[in-house]
Amino acid sequence: MTSLYEEISPTPADEVPVREVTITVNGERRSARVEPRLLLVHLLRQGFKLTGTHIGCETTNCGACTVLFDGTPIKSCTMLAVQADGHEVMTVEGLAGPSELHAIQEGFKEEHGLQCGFCTPGMMLTSKALLEENPHPTEDEIRWAISGNLCRCTGYQNIVKAVMWAAEKLDDGKGSESEVTT
Amino acid sequence: MKPGTTETSTQTEQEAAIYPSRLRYEAPRTLDEATALLAEGGGDAKVLAGGQSLVPMLKLRFASPEMLVDINEIPDLGYHVRDTDGTIRVGALCRHADLERSTLLAQHQPTMMAAAPVVADPIVRNRGTLVGSLCHADPQGDWASVMLALDASVVAYGPQGRRSIPIRDLVSGPFQNTLAYDEIAVEAVVPPPQGIATGGYLKLERRVGDFATAGVAVAIDRVGDRVVRAGIGLTGVGGSTIAADDAAAVLVNGPLSAEKIGEAADLAAAAAQPHTDHRGSSDFKRQLVRVFTRRLLTGLTTSGEEAA
Repeated sequence: MTSLYEEISPTPADEVPVREVTITVNGERRSARVEPRLLLVHLLRQGFKLTGTHIGCETTNCGACTVLFDGTPIKSCTMLAVQADGHEVMTVEGLAGPSELHAIQEGFKEEHGLQCGFCTPGMMLTSKALLEENPHPTEDEIRWAISGNLCRCTGYQNIVKAVMWAAEKLDDGKGSESEVTT
Repeated sequence: MKPGTTETSTQTEQEAAIYPSRLRYEAPRTLDEATALLAEGGGDAKVLAGGQSLVPMLKLRFASPEMLVDINEIPDLGYHVRDTDGTIRVGALCRHADLERSTLLAQHQPTMMAAAPVVADPIVRNRGTLVGSLCHADPQGDWASVMLALDASVVAYGPQGRRSIPIRDLVSGPFQNTLAYDEIAVEAVVPPPQGIATGGYLKLERRVGDFATAGVAVAIDRVGDRVVRAGIGLTGVGGSTIAADDAAAVLVNGPLSAEKIGEAADLAAAAAQPHTDHRGSSDFKRQLVRVFTRRLLTGLTTSGEEAA
């Protein structure tokens, strides 16, 4: 079990208030002993070594740390790790299957939806939640959905295209081509 | 890569990894357990709901409570409902996103419906709560001015039972509320409209997620053409959200005429107490209040019952 507090605090372990949390991360149950003040993003990155979730502004602005919490996008720098106890978290590492990329990842690749890539994990997870709620979003709806995720490189154009690409791909996968209006 | 290299970089990150000060965390399953914990905390405990303002404050150590009482595991607080008499009640764990997607609000409460999609950003809205926003009492919070315009109240639950606090009495200053330390705000209550509820919310923000440069909430209840109740709330133009009562008063007992709208817009601007900052000069913000008030009210004359 990960015991994160021992590594990050100079205080003797028996004086630190520690809680055990069990979180289903990308489908796998994982436990850790953490201080209640530890942020979820730090448990993911340092405790579970899932460094795909990025730390950007740390002020709840940029969305680089976005993960899916019980399927809903949240900023993992703005939630305590203990709050995730008993819940499901999906990080960018959970998107791809064993042998193929998720349609959203493919879309970002095909449409060049990233440059530096820092915002990309958050963008993709937000997009995943969007497409589950609204499989055929308009350009405006995509821009609206990702307005809590900042990108400083692309000007968002190709990110929007990437999400549209993924929407079409997911639609084809379901074999409902009649619904595609191209 | 050498193992040592990895360790060093990890170590550097770890040293910077904890921001809030040390605290005790409790996640009670009932309101009574929660209030008992707050009583035990004796003023050094804080309620954690959506956490979208509190957690950033913990990280910056603007707030350093000894205990956090997380109410997210308490069942049945995520509701928003409309009673048969038209009262709308919003539970302590109803998220902004729930309100943004609400068919109930779309049908019955245009001012709230207009505000819900412009609170913070979509990801913050998935987590943040209306009631938490009211308790946080940020002068730039959107919901407080909406609730002022609607003459809403908050129900506080504590060891002494439940009591209702009008929204005007809830906020006592910037980031200060009048809840007792062992009380939890469990719901916001919007009274039934006196006639047909109309209204809207407009705010200027530099980008999605930024605090409002200025915002105006308008709620007008009408019977036919006649305004029977009016409320105007102002966001981000003072030490707390402002109820522009004088502006609202001129609108009551008559139709929304251009003359009255102009008068109300001027009075709303006069009620604003904006400060010059990086978002704009005080004159600019005052003018925003004037323009938004006029625009919202004019919108109500042309589009009937729709939100501006």
